Order: sequence, then structure tokens, then C-alpha cells
Amino acid sequence: MKKIHLFFLFCFLLMNCASNEEEVYTPIPYNLEIPTLFAAKLIAPIVPANNLLTEEGVALGKKLFFDRILSGDGSQSCASCHNPKKAFTDQQQFSAGIQGEFGKRNAMPLFNLAWNFDERFAWDGKEFGLEEQALEPVSNPIEMHADWKKVTQRIQQHPTYPNLFLQAFGTSKIDSIIITKAIAQFERTLISGNSKFDQFLRKEATLTPEEQNGFDVFMDEAKGDCFHCHGSNNNPLWTDNKFHNNGLDATFKDLGFGNVTGDPNDNGKFKSPSIRNLAFTAPYMHDGRFSTLEEVINHYSEGLKKSATIDPLMKNIDKGGVQLSTQDKTDLKAFLLALSDNDFINNPTFQQ
Amino acid sequence: MKNILAFLCISIFMFSSCSSEDENITITLNFTHNWDGTPITNQDFDTLKFTNKNGEKISIEKLRYLISNISLLGLKNYHLINFTENSGTSFNISNLTNGTYTLSFRFGFSDEDNIDGVYQDLNSVSFNVPGMLGGGYHYMQFDGKYIDNKYEEAGFNYHSIRAVDRTYPDNLKFEDTSFEVNLGTVTISNNTEIEVKVNLAEWFKNPNTWDLNELNTVLMPNFEAQKTMSANGKGVFSLGEVSQ
Repeated sequence: MKKIHLFFLFCFLLMNCASNEEEVYTPIPYNLEIPTLFAAKLIAPIVPANNLLTEEGVALGKKLFFDRILSGDGSQSCASCHNPKKAFTDQQQFSAGIQGEFGKRNAMPLFNLAWNFDERFAWDGKEFGLEEQALEPVSNPIEMHADWKKVTQRIQQHPTYPNLFLQAFGTSKIDSIIITKAIAQFERTLISGNSKFDQFLRKEATLTPEEQNGFDVFMDEAKGDCFHCHGSNNNPLWTDNKFHNNGLDATFKDLGFGNVTGDPNDNGKFKSPSIRNLAFTAPYMHDGRFSTLEEVINHYSEGLKKSATIDPLMKNIDKGGVQLSTQDKTDLKAFLLALSDNDFINNPTFQQ
Repeated sequence: MKNILAFLCISIFMFSSCSSEDENITITLNFTHNWDGTPITNQDFDTLKFTNKNGEKISIEKLRYLISNISLLGLKNYHLINFTENSGTSFNISNLTNGTYTLSFRFGFSDEDNIDGVYQDLNSVSFNVPGMLGGGYHYMQFDGKYIDNKYEEAGFNYHSIRAVDRTYPDNLKFEDTSFEVNLGTVTISNNTEIEVKVNLAEWFKNPNTWDLNELNTVLMPNFEAQKTMSANGKGVFSLGEVSQ
């Protein structure tokens, strides 16, 4: 008789265990759609082991990215300055924060961030890792100017967020860490790899003679010599994600990377941005000083200014730069515009 | 029968034990850099503190270079040394056995291995050579500044690649300017640290005195400059301390 009791007790315990397991939701792994050229040419993107992508995490990150709940007065979201239709920038020289104050740096576009192998983000590289980067704008007094404690409380008390966090991260206890983890997951999915030039490299499109000559100018060490910092047909990121002084100023109001490292030899250095999607990301440079691509090209051609930390890759500084012909300048612009990815800015997955 | 079995078991045990001990030897190759004997770290960068044989004061701002076919690693291998970021300057070669080995490697890629775009790690750090120069990869990027004839600071890009003659752009002519560095033999009986000394002054010195006022930038398409670099590079590397 005792044995029968024990048997029923065992069955009960087993059922209980099984029902507890059913309550734990397992998020679905998210597969990044890596463009074929990226897969062929580049090493794997960076996805931290403690923040693997899941369908639920990415969807939650997207919701947060477009939600004004992250700002101090509920008036701005990440997307206010990082508009998907503009390759996740805002086409302003400087972006206005919630109180109308302006920063001193141009909003950076957001794409292919998982391939930033050094993981230094922002124009001056001050943020290490995408998760860390997402913390800063929320509390920055001239940006979203929010108190993370209050933001966390608002999201915790929201009717839907706690369950979304439970599904994505296995906990409904929300803090700034998992909020930024979710946003970073969404940001890693922002992949741009289908411009006309990508199609050309995949043998699905042909370049015009102007675009081809522009590419040659870009790759020619004796002409543009752009490839040393801005990628190539073999590096479809079109950036080295490193920090350079590209001769914008003789003296510096903004020390850039130097302010982060504390090394005067880094003064005036800023991240080389990707030259993808320039059609959507004007104005240009860390301080948005150039409104057009013509101004950018003219800068490298004859506008360089000498300073102690100017990159040795900047040539003919005494003459102001590489002295491109009018035709080469026009063609270089045509090539740059061939790196515009309309599929990226119109991708419905990335819209609100 | 029992005796034979016992003998076999003991033999197998001893044999496997010996071989696993032998195969556990690890060699660490340490690339140390100097300027005619004065040690350099990347903390010495960005300052005009070196003088080349031609008398020009120079600074180093960026230095990374590729070696391949390291003798102890088999035929197909390569390694990027990024002195700027102090990465790749030291690396291990494991599972070696006791013995005397020839230590050699190739500076850069031989033509056979210099295949355009196939090395994902090198593409990812933008070490490529443009297709108009035949593609493939840099052997070295050595950037810095020097004081020119007008006593002004100017930049140099001492970039080493396979030499290419572009006289006829539709019919490029190449010369393999990578070269073998043979550091001699080393005898290894335990885990061993081997220093490879890299004298950067040699790039500007021997057998050709390099004049930065003449050859400073746009050297990649310069066929003769590439051959001169290759000749000077042969004195750059030497065997340093071997400690076990």
C-alpha cells in the first residue's frame, strides 16, 4: 500500500515539474540576414554572448527605439534623431534635444553596426559596445534628458512592456541594462548591403562610365586614395571604423578622440564614417559643416588644413589636398551615390 | 599470454605518455621593435624622435605588416602584426616536439598566396591592395611624418606591396617582392620564447639609403620603390633571445 502512495507522489511531482517548465517562455533565436558579400568578404559580426539576438528581443528593441517613453518629457524617441528614411540620421547639422538645446556633433547614421569590430561607437569613440552606447543619449541633458530611474519605472508600469521583457529576457523586472540590451539587438539588425554598387559586385548591375571612373579615383593612391580609410570592393563596410584627423581644422575646438584617450596625439581625430548611403545623410563630417558631397570632395581635393595630428594619409597638404580634376570630382560623386541603398531606407521591418 | 598482454599494455602506455609530453611544447614568438638597437613600443609613436640614415627626423604613426609561411606552422599560414595597436606582436605555436628547427617566414605574401579578397580577416581590417594594382594585400603599412627639405613636417606612406609596373594598365607586369626571412635554427626541448627583432631603421638604410624627400607618398604604384623596399627589408628581421 505504501508503495502505491509513493508511486502517486512521484507522478504528482513529475507533473508539477513539467507544468513549471511549460511556464518558462523560450525566445526564438533571430537569424541576422547577412548580405552575401558580407558573408564572403568579412569576418562574423559581433554579437555579445550575453545578448544573443532573439525575435522577441529585436521586436522589443524596435518598439523601444521608436517610443518617446525614453525621453524626459515624453517628446522624443531614438528615432527623432535617427530616422529610418534618412539612413537613421536626421539631416540636421546638430539635433535639438527635448529642451531645444543643440549638441556639437552631427547625428550618426545607424547601419552595419555589428561589424564595428573595435566596438568603439560615436564620432569620438567614447562608447564601448552598442549596449553601452544606448545608455548615454537617454540621460544626456541636451538630448533626451531623462532620469534612467524614472524611465525604468514608466516602462515597468506600462501595460505591455513587462510581458514583452519577460518573453525576451525571461524577467519582467526591468532596468536600464535590459532596456539597452533590447535596443542594441534591434540596432544590430540594421544592415545595409544592397546598393547599386553591391549589385554590381554581385554581377547584377553595371556601372556607368562615370561611376566606374569615380570608383577608380576612389581606389587610386595617386588620385583620391580614399580606400585606405573607407573600405573597398573587398570591404563592403566602406569604413575602417578608426579615428583620423582628416585635415578639417588647423586648431581644434572639439578634441574628439583625444578627449576620450587623453592623448594629445589623438586630438582632432574622429571616426571615419561609412560612405554608404551618403545620399540620405547630409550634412557631413562630425560637425555637419558640409552641406553637400561637392563640399566634401573639395575639402579633400584642395581644402585640407595642416595641424600636428593630421593623418599622414592626407596628401599634398601644402596644396590643400589631392587636386582632383573637375571630371574626377563629378565622377567620384557619381560613384559615392552608387552606394545608396534604397532598400535599406525603405525596408518596412525598420519603419515604425 | 598474460606476460605478452602486460608487455603490450605497458608499451602502449609508455609510448602514448612520451608522445603526449613531446607534443605539448609551445613556442611563443615575440616580435620586438627597435631603431638601430633602441627599443620602441607604440608609446614612442607620433613623435619625431628617430633619424634615418639620410638624416631625416621621422615619427611613426601607424605600422602593421604581414608575415606568412611561418616554418613551424606548415605551409599555408599568415599572421598580421599590428604594432600600432600592439596586437599580434606575440603569438604561440603549439603541439611541437623536441628537436632542432629552422625558423623562417615570408615577409608579405608570395604571389601564390596573394589572392585578392579571399582572406576575410584581412579584408575586415582593410589591408587590401586595389584591383588596378593587381589586387591582393599589403605586405606593410608604415605611416609617419618627417621633416622635409624645407624644414616642414610632411607625411610618408611607406606601403609595401607586390611590385607592379603600370606602364600599360591593360597589361600589368608584376614582380613578387615578398621575401623569405631565415632566422636560422633553434633547438627546443621545453616551452620556448623566441624573440624576433625588428629593426625599423633598416627599411631606410641598407643597401639603399632612402630619401623621404624623393619617396614619401604614392609608393604603391611605384615599381622601383617597391623593389627597393624589398631589398631594404631583408635586413630588418633577426633572431633575438631564445629562452626556455
